[in-house]
Amino acid sequence: MLTHDDVEEILRLLDATPVEEFELETEHFKLTLRRSAAGGGWTQERETHGAAPMLAPAAPAAAAVAAPATATTAHGDAIEIRAPLVGSFYRAPKPGAAPFVEIGSLVTADTVVAIIETMKLMNSVYAGADGQVVDICIDDGGFVEQHQVLMRIRPLES
Amino acid sequence: MIRRLFVANRGEIALRILAGAQRLGIETVLGVSDADLDSVPARLADRCVRIGPAPAAHSYLDIGAVVAAASGAAADALHPGYGFLSESAALARACEAAGLIFVGPTAATLAALGDKLMARQHAVAAGVPVVPGAAVASLAECEHLVRTLGWPILIKAVGGGGGRGLRRVEAPAQLAGQLELASSEANAAFGDPRVYVERYVADGRHIEVQLLGDETDVVHLGTRDCSVQRRYQKLVEEAPAPGLTAALERRITDAAVALGRRLRYRGAGTVEFLIDGRRDEFYFLEVNARIQVEHPVTEMISGCDLVAEQLAIAAGSALRITQQRLSMRGHAIECRINAEDVEHGLRPSPGRVSRAVFPAGEGIRVDTHIEAGSAVPPFYDSLLAKIIVRAADRAAAIERMAAALALCDITGVAVNTSLLARILADAQFRDGAVDTGYLERLLAADDRASARSAAG
Repeated sequence: MLTHDDVEEILRLLDATPVEEFELETEHFKLTLRRSAAGGGWTQERETHGAAPMLAPAAPAAAAVAAPATATTAHGDAIEIRAPLVGSFYRAPKPGAAPFVEIGSLVTADTVVAIIETMKLMNSVYAGADGQVVDICIDDGGFVEQHQVLMRIRPLES
Repeated sequence: MIRRLFVANRGEIALRILAGAQRLGIETVLGVSDADLDSVPARLADRCVRIGPAPAAHSYLDIGAVVAAASGAAADALHPGYGFLSESAALARACEAAGLIFVGPTAATLAALGDKLMARQHAVAAGVPVVPGAAVASLAECEHLVRTLGWPILIKAVGGGGGRGLRRVEAPAQLAGQLELASSEANAAFGDPRVYVERYVADGRHIEVQLLGDETDVVHLGTRDCSVQRRYQKLVEEAPAPGLTAALERRITDAAVALGRRLRYRGAGTVEFLIDGRRDEFYFLEVNARIQVEHPVTEMISGCDLVAEQLAIAAGSALRITQQRLSMRGHAIECRINAEDVEHGLRPSPGRVSRAVFPAGEGIRVDTHIEAGSAVPPFYDSLLAKIIVRAADRAAAIERMAAALALCDITGVAVNTSLLARILADAQFRDGAVDTGYLERLLAADDRASARSAAG
């Protein structure tokens, strides 16, 4: 693997030449150095070849937690609460605590109904509308994609 | 002598350790979760072993899985990196039981420093100033203590650290509720309900000292300033800490060495301090008993390879550097490029990188595990790359960093480079010696400015 000292060394040599772009390729990697169009300095891009040299064959990756596909039609005019971002879905503020909401809970637009943990940060999920929770689509701790439906709420008759 | 090293980490630090070990002729084995099977570190390691599924609790935080993988690969040493299990006394003990060298302090040191009250007692015994405060077992004790401390106060978890488990309390009316919450949170997060209370030091600077020890002797490699932080997560770090008088710098490094000697410290470690610059006072915060994210700024100005020194000490070597022969040259700055969306309140942005162009050239170092095609899994932290520059002085280093950041071109996930550029261009940062509240104030001012322009 090249160190930053190695890259500096190469660039010292290149700086004295009219070379605009330089590629170094080995069995393991490719390094591309380019003179920046803006004038000052160089950029680097790396590409690492090959697959990870596994000591033992990797067990098949655990299947992603499949989101139960709840029929949307069953709920008529229900409003969907969707995941604001990808991550792990939690129904309670911490393990062992009571869930934020249950089926039947009444919520307002700014009620926190769940949290999604992404990159070690806890993100609150808000109901986004006034109504009653009629469906919770994901099991606690399940993995969700961005925009995946988490819950459904039915607006209250006004 | 270490012949085969198991790396129990991921991301840029895994790559840093792998590369450092390979340069020393040490064979490397990397433990990978299912989310990292195709990562750049996995491709560049000499061998990889799967340690578990993507969630860290079942892979990078699973002591049994990590030690079994290292033993199964016939490694003779294990490097824990930072974060994850790096400061786990239980991992150090499990390594010992499995006949593996743990690259880090002894299990006893880790246990003493992991308990923040015990760490505080060691600091006091070494003559290092601590923030006025004490352990409290009840509301009555706390109320009594606050009469001498004054408001506001900070409630801290004894088992906490790294900024987790902290609560600031402004007024007596909040005390009972906050104390109870802090204790139950501490119990949930660290399995230890004990808390202690300290005076809240406003406008402090976060300054730390890099140590290396071999259980007999301890040397320091100067100071770093990590005051540019948000929610206790550092964003820009530099070495040496700017704007310290020679006398204050000397007192801080002497204090760190005194604590290291008292602990008979082994390996690389960092003593963190809170500095009240206006009063020329400083207080012990905690010891990070591991390599740190920001270690490259120290490497850039000292010429010392901290990972190589860690490995030498772990293999039983005495310190190879003496305090007299260490000399620091120039000024170094590190910027952390995180997968965070500046447009949306810095929310995390996992996904797949489509382009990853970084700066290169004199005085520039880039530590990253990211290239075009790399996955940024949602399971781990958001650090993608560290840009580190060195120049003759601080002003030149800031210019070099600003130019280097302008050359970064990362697409596919949102990154925080515009915020980093904003900080480097800010007059207050350029003046030096900002405090730990600086970044939050900068972000709040930007929010107000954009609200005004939206309204107008």
